[in-house]
Amino acid sequence: MLELRNVHTFYGKIEALKGINLKVNKGEIVCLIGANGAGKTTTLLTISGIVKPKEGDVIFDGKTINNYSPDKIVKLGIVHVPEGRRIFPELTVEENLILGAYIQKDKQKIKENLEKVFTLFPILKERFKQLGGTMSGGEQQMLAIARGLMSEPKILLLDEPSLGLAPKIVERIFDIITEINSEGTPILLVEQNANMALQISTRGYVIETGKIILEGSSKELLNNDEVKKAYLGE
Amino acid sequence: MLLQQLVNGIVLGCVYALIAVGYTLVYGVIELINFAHGDIYMLGAFFMYTFLNFGVPFLPSFVLAVICCIIVGILLDIIAYRPVRYADRLAALITAIGMSIFFENIALLIWGADIKRYSREWIPHFFKKLFINLPNEHFQNVFLTVSYLQITIIVLSIILMIILHLIIHKTKMGTAMRAIAQDKRAAALMGIDVNRVISFTFALGSGLAAVAGIFIGMYYNSIYPMMGYIAGIKAFAAAVLGGIGSVPGAMLGGVVLGMAETLGAGYISSAYRHGIAYAAMIFVILFNPAGLMGKRKVDKV
Ligand SMILES: Nc1ncnc2c1ncn2[C@@H]1O[C@H](COP(=O)(O)OP(=O)(O)OP(=O)(O)O)[C@@H](O)[C@H]1O
Ligand SMILES: [Mg+2]
Repeated sequence: MLELRNVHTFYGKIEALKGINLKVNKGEIVCLIGANGAGKTTTLLTISGIVKPKEGDVIFDGKTINNYSPDKIVKLGIVHVPEGRRIFPELTVEENLILGAYIQKDKQKIKENLEKVFTLFPILKERFKQLGGTMSGGEQQMLAIARGLMSEPKILLLDEPSLGLAPKIVERIFDIITEINSEGTPILLVEQNANMALQISTRGYVIETGKIILEGSSKELLNNDEVKKAYLGE
Repeated sequence: MLLQQLVNGIVLGCVYALIAVGYTLVYGVIELINFAHGDIYMLGAFFMYTFLNFGVPFLPSFVLAVICCIIVGILLDIIAYRPVRYADRLAALITAIGMSIFFENIALLIWGADIKRYSREWIPHFFKKLFINLPNEHFQNVFLTVSYLQITIIVLSIILMIILHLIIHKTKMGTAMRAIAQDKRAAALMGIDVNRVISFTFALGSGLAAVAGIFIGMYYNSIYPMMGYIAGIKAFAAAVLGGIGSVPGAMLGGVVLGMAETLGAGYISSAYRHGIAYAAMIFVILFNPAGLMGKRKVDKV
């Protein structure tokens, strides 16, 4: 349903993506792993329209969306939960969530979706009137994901949801990601925590300096010697 | 005397506040000091003049002048600022100064350099009536006159500020403004059309500046193309005084500055009238750069 074909993205003269080919099918969790600066975030930013590819195509549900503005892309159902959470620190949890449903006009729907994210993240109900910036890192990550779910995405792009979180919390977050996926939302998961990411995903891609150097089912990748050495620390 | 100065100061302060929130709104959302904002205020006064001059009745003229300023404000953003939105801060600043000069020259071209006045018969009689006129038989030692125009300026300013507050804090558009102020990229990822919200911000500020310009046109009954320059700098000083980016700060800063100016002019010397605004601004920058209500970056808008 989402496909990148030979995507090249530049920052000025720096070529951050050098011909990325990648696919996410219905129902999948696909992970994209790679080292710092490999181009993982750039890949997601190119999909969500924040940066534009110079060459190649981003295709969603059969449509080429390269030239769509970010807000149009969200309206298509592609929701990107950014690296470093980027919740609105001076807005309350409630306001953050309401903004997540910015494109949703139906008030009743917004209420229903609030209830849905509360069942996934009960803590957010408790912290409803608290400012986003005063919450802990893990809570902020939950808020960022919940905010992304508020517009009922057709596909969810997650950029390093485990970043800077304690192992216990990382486990919770990954459980929740699996749960969201099991309810039918395909997920493109960017991670440095390759081990965890490969365990919950169906397929994976390995990116190195702007190029996909390996791809395959997550099981294969977990047993791949190169991956083991470079990303699993074995 | 003191009482009269206080009233005059509050009236002037309300006008400064109306302009100052425009500076602070735009700065809060896109971190641009919109130097052309004072000129929108000037255009408000002149649009009003033109409509009245064409024989359009007072209220429709008022509404039309405000709408024209809103359109100019939106176009200013789209044509001048949008192309340099992600460029160097300096580029945007120079653009803003350039636009200010542009508006002043356009006004000179259209309306000429000499002072224009609203004719007596254009303005409803109501505004000239006195609401308070002392001394009278009950108050023999109090000297105070307050016109309905002054009352209108104060009351309407308060109402507009309340509406502005509600827009910013209770509406979807206002929440989007605050979101953009905090994180433009994250806001775009929410599906917010960032450019549209910024246009809306310019519209709000420009509309309020137009109201201020029209009132000042009626209050001092003298309008001229450079009027936006001085008022703009003072309103900007008010915004800085209150903490640039903070809307309540701009309101408070406007009123404080208006009072300081009238009291200073009344008790020290009217020659210092303009200097007081600059002195207040420099004082704040030196001793409390965040301003009266500023919390440094946070709670912008
Ligand atoms: N705004 C930018 N301007 C210039 N270069 C950039 C910019 N953003 C990223 N880059 C460069 O593009 C390359 C890819 O960066 P990207 O952020 O996509 O990496 P990443 O895989 O997400 O890394 P990390 O794991 O550290 O988040 C890097 O070399 C980076 O320095
Ligand atoms: Mg990254």
